[in-house]
Amino acid sequence: MTKHDAKNMTRRGVLAGGGSLVVGFSLLSRALAQEGEVQGVTPPKEPRPKLPGSLSGAPLLDSWIRIDANGEITVFTGKAELGQGVKTAIIQVAAEELEVDPAAVRLVTADTGRTPDEGYTAGSQSMQNSGTAVRHAAAQVRDILIAQAATRWQIPIDGLRAENGKVVRIDGQALDYGALVSGETLHVEAVPQTRLKPQGSFRVMGQSLPRVDIPAKVTGTPIYVQDMRLPNMVHARVVRPPRPGATLTNLDSAAVERMPGVVAVVRNGSFLAVAAEREFQAIRAMQALEAAAQWSEGTRLPDPDGFVASLKTFPAQQGVVAERGGGGAATAAKTFQATFTRPYQIHGSIGPSCAVALLENGTTTVWSHTQGVYPDRRAISEMLGVAPEQVRVIHVEGSGCYGHNGADDAAADAALVAQAVPGRPVRLQWMREQEHVWEPYGPAMLTELRASIDETGRIVDWNYDLWSNTHTTRPGPAGSLIAARSLPNPFPPQPVKLTISPAGNGDRNAVPLYTVPNLRVIWHFLPDMPLRVSALRALGAYVNVFAIESAMDELALMANVDPVEFRLRHMEDPRGRAVIEAAAEGFGWSGDPLPEGRGRGFAFARYKNLAAYLAMAIEMEVDRETGRSRMTRVVAAIDSGEVVNPDGIRNQTEGGIIQAASWTLYEAVAFEETGITSIDWSSYPIMRFGAVPESMDIRIMDRPGQPFLGTGEAAQGPTAAAIGNAIRHATGRRLYDIPFRAEKVKAAIGV
Amino acid sequence: MAVTLTVNGTTRQVDADPDTPLLYVLRDHLELNGAKYGCGIGQCGSCTVMVDGTAVLSCVTPVLLLEGRKVTTVEGLGTLDAPGPMQQAFIEQQAAQCGYCIPGMMMRAQALLQANPDADEAAIRTHLEPNLCRCGTHMRIIKAVMRAGELMRQNSQSGGAT
Amino acid sequence: MKTFLRILAGLALLLVIGVAAFAAYAWRSEIDPVDPPAQAGLDPALVARGSDLAAIGNCNVCHTAPGGETFAGGLGIPTPFGTIYSTNITPDPETGIGRWSEAAFLRSMREGVDREGRHLYPAFPYDHYTLVTDEDNRALYAFLMSRKPVRAQAPENELPFPLNMRMLLAGWKALYFREGAFQPDPNRSAEWNRGRYLTEGLSHCGACHTPRNRFGAEQRELHLAGAEVENWTAYAINAASPAPIPWNAESLAFYLRHGWHQEHGVSRGPMAPVTANLGSVPEEDARAIATYLADLMGEPNQERQTRAEAARAAIREEGGAPRPVQAGASGSGIGEAIYVSACEGCHDGRRPLPFGGLNLHLSTAVNGPNPQNIINVVLFGLPGAKGEPSAMMPAYRGVLNEDQLVALLDYMRERFSDLPAWTDTRERVAQTMGGERKVTVYRMDGTTQAPPESSMRTTPWP
Repeated sequence: MTKHDAKNMTRRGVLAGGGSLVVGFSLLSRALAQEGEVQGVTPPKEPRPKLPGSLSGAPLLDSWIRIDANGEITVFTGKAELGQGVKTAIIQVAAEELEVDPAAVRLVTADTGRTPDEGYTAGSQSMQNSGTAVRHAAAQVRDILIAQAATRWQIPIDGLRAENGKVVRIDGQALDYGALVSGETLHVEAVPQTRLKPQGSFRVMGQSLPRVDIPAKVTGTPIYVQDMRLPNMVHARVVRPPRPGATLTNLDSAAVERMPGVVAVVRNGSFLAVAAEREFQAIRAMQALEAAAQWSEGTRLPDPDGFVASLKTFPAQQGVVAERGGGGAATAAKTFQATFTRPYQIHGSIGPSCAVALLENGTTTVWSHTQGVYPDRRAISEMLGVAPEQVRVIHVEGSGCYGHNGADDAAADAALVAQAVPGRPVRLQWMREQEHVWEPYGPAMLTELRASIDETGRIVDWNYDLWSNTHTTRPGPAGSLIAARSLPNPFPPQPVKLTISPAGNGDRNAVPLYTVPNLRVIWHFLPDMPLRVSALRALGAYVNVFAIESAMDELALMANVDPVEFRLRHMEDPRGRAVIEAAAEGFGWSGDPLPEGRGRGFAFARYKNLAAYLAMAIEMEVDRETGRSRMTRVVAAIDSGEVVNPDGIRNQTEGGIIQAASWTLYEAVAFEETGITSIDWSSYPIMRFGAVPESMDIRIMDRPGQPFLGTGEAAQGPTAAAIGNAIRHATGRRLYDIPFRAEKVKAAIGV
Repeated sequence: MAVTLTVNGTTRQVDADPDTPLLYVLRDHLELNGAKYGCGIGQCGSCTVMVDGTAVLSCVTPVLLLEGRKVTTVEGLGTLDAPGPMQQAFIEQQAAQCGYCIPGMMMRAQALLQANPDADEAAIRTHLEPNLCRCGTHMRIIKAVMRAGELMRQNSQSGGAT
Repeated sequence: MKTFLRILAGLALLLVIGVAAFAAYAWRSEIDPVDPPAQAGLDPALVARGSDLAAIGNCNVCHTAPGGETFAGGLGIPTPFGTIYSTNITPDPETGIGRWSEAAFLRSMREGVDREGRHLYPAFPYDHYTLVTDEDNRALYAFLMSRKPVRAQAPENELPFPLNMRMLLAGWKALYFREGAFQPDPNRSAEWNRGRYLTEGLSHCGACHTPRNRFGAEQRELHLAGAEVENWTAYAINAASPAPIPWNAESLAFYLRHGWHQEHGVSRGPMAPVTANLGSVPEEDARAIATYLADLMGEPNQERQTRAEAARAAIREEGGAPRPVQAGASGSGIGEAIYVSACEGCHDGRRPLPFGGLNLHLSTAVNGPNPQNIINVVLFGLPGAKGEPSAMMPAYRGVLNEDQLVALLDYMRERFSDLPAWTDTRERVAQTMGGERKVTVYRMDGTTQAPPESSMRTTPWP
């Protein structure tokens, strides 16, 4: 969002900006056609040439870049700013190829009324998909403009160059971009071949351009959906049952309706909410409604004692993730075997989920911090029983995302309340307790690993079994929304199915990237979900890398080889080797003894085995008396392909490490059979400043000319493993069950 | 009930129920966005503002306690066009990811540096303990607060206001 | 004149003889230094028992400085006479007790004398530790010798002359110290005797819970009758216990193990590390302490039982929707207004402890002899334990002014207790807000029973 936008986030500003663009916008039909494909409508017959990134789904150049007669440049991305800095990075690639100043680029992010359908902003793919599309579109637009100028001047294009928003001739004559575009100039399909700017000529890419969103964030400028304040807006709160499956059996809301400021009590089946003029009035009314509502018992949760271990007894489908070789066991000299677990964990955004919705003229507009405006529109329209065109979902930033959190559900809640107060914008925010209890969790997982080395210390055999739910129950179908499940005719949750894909899901990174001749990896897919789960940053990669990299350390010990050296001996991928070597060198990795209570840990992974490479070395201190442990020093090396914004990569990586350290050291959802009991930061503690490392050094491997690989999820798995390995080094004890709270570490150490 | 309080240097009269937390008075009545709702029970610090120079959790502070008191929010530290030293330091250090917790961090840090302009890194870490960040921006936040201290010291040496 | 001189000379002689006799009486021999025992040679079973005993003895609480290493000493312990710094009890040969033989360690526990023969200040509670058996002392010694040696020199004590003369402590001991191991009462159960042994000995509960005389000695006639330590009130844990719901062995054992109890609240202040330590020891030891203390408190009389029932009834009656705030920001209703708007949301007792706030009808603090603990908690809050689930409360320093806090406390006392108003509320509020009463804020471990961290003591939250 530009400064101007941020200052004027009023209903008029927000609506007017979009309204004019929707009319006659070529994109809409394209986007709808795409949805049709998803829903099973026959795809177009002519095979299209494969275009780079998201251009393949939205090939018209003016879906991505528009230039008006005044030379104002607007770039459209279907991706959303989640705090990862993607706006800045996309502006950088656009400005680079368009040969304009970054400040001259206006960026419009995910909005079903204006931008391409790029699915979800997830999987660290914004730069691969949207960054690539915008870059190629920008380069092609630049060349079209140069061609236009050549035509205008009647000269060959050879002597022309684009510079600072103009096409310039050798003799210095110039034409502004605005003068070169007419109505249909950019309304053309992208071509497969793009003339990208050559290496070494970059002005903007590869620079740490300051993030465009930060000034607003540090001055209290309204920029979050939580900050939206539209004229005549009401504040709403939802009332949830004590546990899933409970239905509203009895409610006398008369007294609540008489409370000051209350505009409406909305009851629709077991969906219950209240809207009031003022926010605190809505909260008071919500509390009164909670006290008045009576619910059926609902679904009992499983017995928490030994729950994670019991995952192995759940009904399961088996999926072979990878299988090669066979018979390695014959040469096996030493074997490492272990079980690793992780409990349910939360996204835990600091700001609870929020949305604003308005029903006006038969169209429901929803402002949401969803990761996927188009899928969310599909789900909300299905829930409301209206055509998708009657719902518009606009992304507005929220508090940190980290995966499928409560955003989509809050959007659905707001949309439902909006139906009860047509013409009035409804701002609905969840309470802290609702966020902790009702967001979909990162699934609990159990994995078993058995690996062997031969006499020479080479890995000869690798068996890995993982038990996990799906990690994706995102919207698309209405049944993914809590509100839709609460209606008088509830939408059922979408049935889940086992799918093995290259990028992986629960099985993400389940296959080691190391050279292993004999290998078998199985996903025991668990369809039953006693607790609601979905995507949490890195999906299964967090646990799978933890297990693999813990095993690598143990195998190195068995082989009597330094753990870094052991990894290098089994790593052929030169980029993998490069980050391992860079992290080790930057850290000053050695086998020298450390003072008592200190340990080093190393870990590596290539995210999804096809995206960013990251290796890290850490030092930890472990207090033998209390079991309390803390990372003190971190050095990581990351290769996420060609670098657009080095500081952005650094920021994301630092954050990924600290967040994953918090998961690994502290975090577990607590529950009893009657409900979730970790409902705030006292019952679900996360890392505070006192436990933050003393130093953190992120080294970036620039790979000019290589594809963008994404950054946001490269660090999670390696962080868990590096912590486990450092505790092992400090104490001689390996921990297998996340989180490594002090009590558990102390129990492992003994007296 | 009408409560009179000074917010960012301006005297404001607010008609709110006396038990209304300051957070909602700031956001809903005065249309200021710096203080954020995070937990509502004083556990995360995203609602932190200063009251008479001390960091206070606005979500658990009923407005009835604030009659005649001086409240400062992040809007009182500077503007987009003229950011104050704390804001300038956070921009310089790029100390935000989603940024939701950042105004609360800045207000707690501001209270520390006003009371102790020479606060060192250890003091900053201890002082910021009540405030949570989920994106993991901690390293940058610490650097930004140290930088803000530098800027404030420079300003006060050159006679500028802090 | 001559006679006078003679008398004078006689007196001088007597004085010299007296001083010499006292010196002879006070003198303790040095026990020869030894090389620190090899850690590998220590009996693991003995070390493990010593670990539990050290937790019961709360050695880590005093012998760990803020941010320092466990057992390395250096914590300043404020006393009415000056500040005494705890010593390094790691096996470091230069700065710790690495050169102490087992005999030297046993003597220090039994007699309050260090290896060199110097008398120790009773901040080291040898008036309790003297009861510890040789067997337990040997386990404690083995445990301490198995720790990581930490080189850390404790600061010099800050005591004025003549209190810095250690020899004088022999006189103190003659007056107040009874040396000797624990003698079980054959008429009582083994559990009761175990509880008494731990409570009066290693756990040294009386060090905080028994008031001291002006020479710093525990007043025997007021055994466990409650006292003030470091500006926290340690409540009476004898028959005079102010708890609205009388303790019994069951509830006490739970509280000591978990750091909270549904009808009593959460452990905080200097009690927090004690309950954190007891969370890690064998359950039967915590239970034994509870059994003995419950016996000391005795069966509650009719009046206390009636009060308990009244408290429970009041909670049942009040259960319901939140109360509207009637009063304004000033005037006589201000205490109620503050309570209802700032406190009741958590303290309505709807959410179970330890994460929910205690309904104050159950609060020992509100029914205690003074409001100090409530003042401390309201001003400085309860910070959450690091990375472990625990009770939390926000700090209200910076929000409440003196008048408002006094009004709030008066209201709490009036509403939640049938005892007369406190008389020193304003003075205590002013002294605490002004920093004259220094308050250490403890992190707490509500549920996890993890051993306390090295830096349990923190500065107050801003």
